[in-house]
Amino acid sequence: MQRRPPGIPDPFKSIRISVTTFPFSAIVGQDEMRRALLIAAVDPSVGGVLVFGDRGTGKSTAIRGLAALLPKMKAVVGCPYSCDPAKPAEGCPHCAMAAGKRVSHLVPVPVIDLPLGATEDRVVGALDLERALTLGEKAFEPGLLARANRGFLYIDEVNLLDDHLVDLLLDVAASGINTVEREGLSVRHPARFVLVGSGNPEEGELRPQLLDRFGLAVEVTTPTDLPTRIDVVRRRDAYERDPAGFCAAYEKADGAIRKQLTAARTRLATLTVPDETLEAAARLCLTLGTDGLRGELTLMRTARALAAFEGAGTVGIDHLTRIAPSALRHRLRRNPLDESGSTARVAKAVAEVFGP
Amino acid sequence: MSDPWHDALRVARLVAEDPHGCGGVLVRAGAGPVRDAWLQTLRDAFPRDAPWRKLPGGIADDRLIGGLDLAATLSAGRPVSQRGLLAEADGGLVVVPMAERLPAGTAARLAAALDTGTVRVEREGLAETRAARFGLILLDEGIGEDERAPEVLAERLAFRIDLTAVSWRDTHVHSSDRASSPAHLSRSPPHPEVPASAGLEGGLQGPMRSLDASASIRHLGMRAEGTGEGSGEDAVAALCQVAAALGVMSLRGPLLAARVARIAGRLGGRDAPVEADTIEAARLVLAPRATRLPPSPEDAEQPPEEPAEKSGPDPADGEASADSDNQTTTALDERVVEAARAAIPAGLLAQLMGGPRPRAPKAGRIGAAAASARSGRPAGSRPGDPRSGRLALVETLRAAAPWQRLRRQDGEGRRIKVRPEDIRLTRFKLRTETTTIFAVDASGSATLERLAEAKGAVELLLAEAYIRRDKVALVAFRGSGAELVLPPTRSLVRAKRGLSALPGGGGTPLASGLDVATQVALSVRRGGGTPVLVMLTDGRANIARSGEPGRAKAGADALGAAAAFRATGIRAIFIDTSARPQESARRLAAAMDARYLALPYADAGQVSGAVKALGEEAR
Repeated sequence: MQRRPPGIPDPFKSIRISVTTFPFSAIVGQDEMRRALLIAAVDPSVGGVLVFGDRGTGKSTAIRGLAALLPKMKAVVGCPYSCDPAKPAEGCPHCAMAAGKRVSHLVPVPVIDLPLGATEDRVVGALDLERALTLGEKAFEPGLLARANRGFLYIDEVNLLDDHLVDLLLDVAASGINTVEREGLSVRHPARFVLVGSGNPEEGELRPQLLDRFGLAVEVTTPTDLPTRIDVVRRRDAYERDPAGFCAAYEKADGAIRKQLTAARTRLATLTVPDETLEAAARLCLTLGTDGLRGELTLMRTARALAAFEGAGTVGIDHLTRIAPSALRHRLRRNPLDESGSTARVAKAVAEVFGP
Repeated sequence: MSDPWHDALRVARLVAEDPHGCGGVLVRAGAGPVRDAWLQTLRDAFPRDAPWRKLPGGIADDRLIGGLDLAATLSAGRPVSQRGLLAEADGGLVVVPMAERLPAGTAARLAAALDTGTVRVEREGLAETRAARFGLILLDEGIGEDERAPEVLAERLAFRIDLTAVSWRDTHVHSSDRASSPAHLSRSPPHPEVPASAGLEGGLQGPMRSLDASASIRHLGMRAEGTGEGSGEDAVAALCQVAAALGVMSLRGPLLAARVARIAGRLGGRDAPVEADTIEAARLVLAPRATRLPPSPEDAEQPPEEPAEKSGPDPADGEASADSDNQTTTALDERVVEAARAAIPAGLLAQLMGGPRPRAPKAGRIGAAAASARSGRPAGSRPGDPRSGRLALVETLRAAAPWQRLRRQDGEGRRIKVRPEDIRLTRFKLRTETTTIFAVDASGSATLERLAEAKGAVELLLAEAYIRRDKVALVAFRGSGAELVLPPTRSLVRAKRGLSALPGGGGTPLASGLDVATQVALSVRRGGGTPVLVMLTDGRANIARSGEPGRAKAGADALGAAAAFRATGIRAIFIDTSARPQESARRLAAAMDARYLALPYADAGQVSGAVKALGEEAR
């Protein structure tokens, strides 16, 4: 009888797996990416984060880490769309039926992975197979978009997503409502989520329409200085050797960020953007020649979220200039070839408008 | 130089120990007895019941990821799921033949499973997560630099071995070795009581010869006093430094090396990896990824012996002890670099001599492979009206099957009821995808005239192509021949990089340039795309097809190539880049049946307008 070498799992064992995630606070460097994700967590209305860059830079790790870090939210018990008990979404079919007597509970903020092989019926939702087959009932089984409501929808390798799925997402991301008309069902339900995409530009370009849906775009690169590189590998290595112990060591740091997030969300409502900052945002967008008002709006919202996260009393020019590259780099009417140049152009415009 | 076959056997042993932890192996070799022998060795190293699955290139998602089991669902009257190949391979290996032709989509699905150890099924009404902790064996049969397994997968695998240079005889020599030393490559992992050196015997003989053995031993003794934890940390730092020295940019390199060092330690019956394990990991994991040669030890400021002498820690001075720590790290690195250097493939130097190797050609096949996957082959199915496409019968039945019970209540009869919404059509990729092939004259005369302006024009056209989501390819001709700088791709970043790295100078081998461009255009057309050629040259050919100089012969060859191009019926535009429009260029354009534009008169906007019109006509 051969002994199974360690590390080889029994293929016939149960398929339940518990997966720990690498703590968000243990990520070394990649400040821009972390900041963008936290801003989206503070104010979901900024409209999503696109992370583009080199391989092996911890894009997926950061997003999965964020999922574990987010403070829990109140949701209506039994609502498949996790509606807020204080303010259920208008189109929610579940909460409209059960008006008046809503029980709430705390649930983790959904961070839903949209795998590349997903079929359309699972993304938008479809007739419930099990019930249709066994009971002969027509019932709607919510899909991934429903589960992502009030949370995050994460697409790794977003540039490889099938075109027909991209079309679906574009529509839902714009309206916040998912409309299902299939298999004799007619359902509308809320699907308001923060779209997070990651990918590598070498694998292909993103459709301009999809690019536009993202509020923030960050570029990640492999760190080049040795101490940082050693630190990254060391932490990852330590995590792999003892995931539970490693997570425990960073629990406190994760908790601190969680507290900061909660505080930022309450502060966000009271934080107003002074006219001076609004004007600066407008001037910056004019200088860069961005299309429409979307750029200004995102710039203002992200600057406000950043100020809230940092506990600032007001939204200053400083917040604006720091967030400008992420908020504007993918909105420039630009030579599409000039991928690296767009960051530099934003920096130049910032220097021009606000002085060195 | 270390022996590739020996290393390959050692790699097989390490992968068998922890297939998912290693990621797997990229095997560069043609199909043949050597590769078969290696695969057999690998298989022998695995427990007999460990799964071993072969992944055919054109695998559909329902087999790869899993989905609804049609037959079982129908007979059971409830949804029954079917495990996909990745879930079936949990705990074993997935073998991908012809990995260089793997479509980008399949590669991305494999990469996701490798990262998480699970496969998410969100298909056909099923939502489940299954374990998929497999190792991946990519059998890369590519020829030349351009044909490579997708980098997105290759970089997630710890090992890359190249068996192209291993002869069948070499494998026999070691096979007899193996018979005489049972500890090497035995089927079961070595027991802890086996001396530590036994497990390493195979892999370490080569590099140990080139190392300062006494320094190693001293170093080992010194480390033994430290904690196991400490030596692990030290090894990580050393591996990072080696990776930096070898130009391995992605951090997955050192990370995988650290894992392999641990696996090697475990194979040797140790709790924590020792220096030999670290050295081995660097040699097997980092060296094959090298993009540049490490600085030689003579260049290093610190001779390797020094740190060992200085290593007595000075507890009074924290700074100094930190300093000496750093130096021991340096010493370990140097030995690790040394071992890695010995394992760097011989071809690397030649590659490096040819100038900086861009990342582009490596990844370039991804675009091409993705293109071949759309070569009129069915690419999934979609709902639709059967009058507007080809019916996908199985998919339609699959869509109808779950609802049969429900529908029977509405009417009667035992036949399968198919409703219009069940109908699925086979999805083919559109044939209207345009690929613009730029053939750029980078010869000396063009450089003098205005290569920079030609580049500018191409860039503008690339921008246009981006907006239309067209593909682009770039052929350059200069000196004695022409080359495909950029295979058809949609990545503008790569196109831009290829263009800016284009050197100028040399003769004008116009005929060769046209030949290569024609070949590319034809292969695009075979792939179901619509090619459009944009030729930028001054039309003054002076290198014949044979590579010999001479204007008369070269001109005749060019006209011949132009006639051959004309016969294909592919649309083309000819942009004359000379300062004064040339009669020869005009003649050539006429021979190609191409639209002629002289750059001096054509401003950039006019050029792009003309190309756009051409693309639309071609459709």
